[in-house]
Amino acid sequence: MIKVVGLLFFFLSSSVLALDVSLHGVDISLGGFLQGNYTPRIVDGNDFILAEERFQLKLEASYSGVSIFTKTDVFYDAVGNEVGFDIREAYLDYFSKLWDVRVGRQIITWGVGDLIFINDVFPKDFAAFFEGRPLEYLKKGVDAFKFDLYLNVISMEFILIPIFERDTLPSPPRFIIFDPFSQIKDREIEEPKTNLENTQIALRLYRNILGFDASLYIYKGFFLIPAVEPDNLASPTKLILFFPRLAVYGASLQGSVFSGVLSLEGAYYDSLDDRNGDDPAVTNSQTKFLVGFQRELWRDFTAEFQYSGEYMYEYGEYLQTLPPGFPKQDRFRQLMTLRLTQFLRYQTLRLSFFAFFSPSGKDYMLIPEVRYNITDHLWAALGANIFGGKETTFFGQLDKNDNVYIVLRYEF
Amino acid sequence: MRKILCSIVILAFPFFILILSHLSYSQANLPADEIIRRSQAAFYYPGTDMKAKVLMKLVTKDGRERIRDFTMLRKNLDKEGGEQRYFIYFYKPPDVKDMTFMVWKYPGKDDDRWLFIPAIKLVKRIAASDKRSSFVGSDFSFEDVSGRDAEEDNHSLLKEEMFNGKDTYVIKSVPKNEGSADYSYKVSWIDKESLIPLKEEYYDKRGELYKVFTADVVKEIQDFPTVTKRTMKNVQSGHRTEVTFEEVGYNNGIGDEIFSERYLRNPPQKWIR
Repeated sequence: MIKVVGLLFFFLSSSVLALDVSLHGVDISLGGFLQGNYTPRIVDGNDFILAEERFQLKLEASYSGVSIFTKTDVFYDAVGNEVGFDIREAYLDYFSKLWDVRVGRQIITWGVGDLIFINDVFPKDFAAFFEGRPLEYLKKGVDAFKFDLYLNVISMEFILIPIFERDTLPSPPRFIIFDPFSQIKDREIEEPKTNLENTQIALRLYRNILGFDASLYIYKGFFLIPAVEPDNLASPTKLILFFPRLAVYGASLQGSVFSGVLSLEGAYYDSLDDRNGDDPAVTNSQTKFLVGFQRELWRDFTAEFQYSGEYMYEYGEYLQTLPPGFPKQDRFRQLMTLRLTQFLRYQTLRLSFFAFFSPSGKDYMLIPEVRYNITDHLWAALGANIFGGKETTFFGQLDKNDNVYIVLRYEF
Repeated sequence: MRKILCSIVILAFPFFILILSHLSYSQANLPADEIIRRSQAAFYYPGTDMKAKVLMKLVTKDGRERIRDFTMLRKNLDKEGGEQRYFIYFYKPPDVKDMTFMVWKYPGKDDDRWLFIPAIKLVKRIAASDKRSSFVGSDFSFEDVSGRDAEEDNHSLLKEEMFNGKDTYVIKSVPKNEGSADYSYKVSWIDKESLIPLKEEYYDKRGELYKVFTADVVKEIQDFPTVTKRTMKNVQSGHRTEVTFEEVGYNNGIGDEIFSERYLRNPPQKWIR
């Protein structure tokens, strides 16, 4: 009862918190949310993958061409039994006539894929995605310097990331996951040090060509998913997790075709530390591509299909050097997705279905979801993450983590 | 004698044409197609550009209200009936705050639409084939907000009558392609003077009235008749949407560059405030 009264009091006070004012020419805006997010596992026992309450505060202040933005979360996680604090974004913007600068922790999203990332080389939290958090938690901020230049002929986005931030992958104890080195408990993570040489560089050039949004991308940095190497292959006692160097050269195109939206994207992944393909720990060079088509089939109903592929170079070397007993990756991995979205009741009710399916690995992930906007301030979502396939495949390894998630968010 | 007759006929011919054309003019005044075209120009195209703060109130049958609060910028690239660009910045509700939405509208072709989702800094292109889809969950469809091609319907003048103290044309519009609209026909009361639609009645496929548009307040702003308060009511469900336009300004000199990815990501403070 006290809890309920507390929550009510909080809601009332937070409504007061929401703010849009102008003081001495400084525009200040305050907003945020209070959220409960609960994800019970639905196979193999009835534990929770996630059970947390979270409070987010967004603050923005701007004054003639300069603005600061911060987004900070405080949360209580009942599964890990911890109270945490997370600066999601905190940056300073300077806007000029032809160029802008953004410095600080920022989220950057590149590419035209829907949950398929080819030229989006920025860190992601896949664990958050698989444990039923709202989609925005899939993206992690980077501490970076971003420079934007806008010319008539072309626009440019230039990014320097001096501080390395890796992807967050699903891991025990929250996730039950296939691990070829499960017997080795001693693990050491070697992240690239912060120095000039290790500064990641990303460049995007873009413009509209005949109604199509066209972009070119270049990245030089690291794989954000670690390579795993035992200290000794014969009798390993310790695992070293490190991040090999990577360069990516890509392009994308998106525009209206056949009463829908066509998306094309491709990139060459140059595995700088394993160009020969003979280091079993390091991913070989690859070509990745996707083709997507999205169309509104009837009123408030949209369907989107994507087909993507990853082709591995030096496959012969890969097979020769792959340690015995290790799951073998396909030379050509394919992945298809389908997204269906129907809005009902004046768009307060959203029914959606998302499916990943790999024809090469025969693994899949299904995400049905119902979201209802109870009021302008309060929404609830109920969904599920269902994984399937062989234990050694990408989604199959998560098979024991099928879950149902509930999100209840009060936004102000 | 024949000569005289002949010359009379020749001389009278232009007068005859004049009388005939005048007769047809006073009968229909303007053809219905032309009235609709001019009405759309007055309603959707005034000025070279427009800026407005828009407040939408979505009200259910039992009186529950939801709010959509946004700034809308519009720019005409050509003259009336041509290409247009729209830019929308959302203030409310909180779950869409700071979102921006951009439309490049082409006559006779699907729009290009983009949405910027600030939480993940994502610019997303949106498929726009069905213009009947609801605009931000309101009773207005995309077509109601940015206009339907006049050529998609057959228009006929039913009558001329006084409506709310205004002299109006009453025009019936029937979609040429049945599947292209929710209505089987629409009846519009168009003010003869301002050419603004004062009321529209939409009839469903069974011929029953289901949606009613009313221009509740029309004001002259910079010499352009402007509907500053309008309502779309679904008479079958009881749901309605009331829209108020504030701080309306025309011919502001909004540059073409505003309608681009740059400003979608970083809304132009000068214009959206």
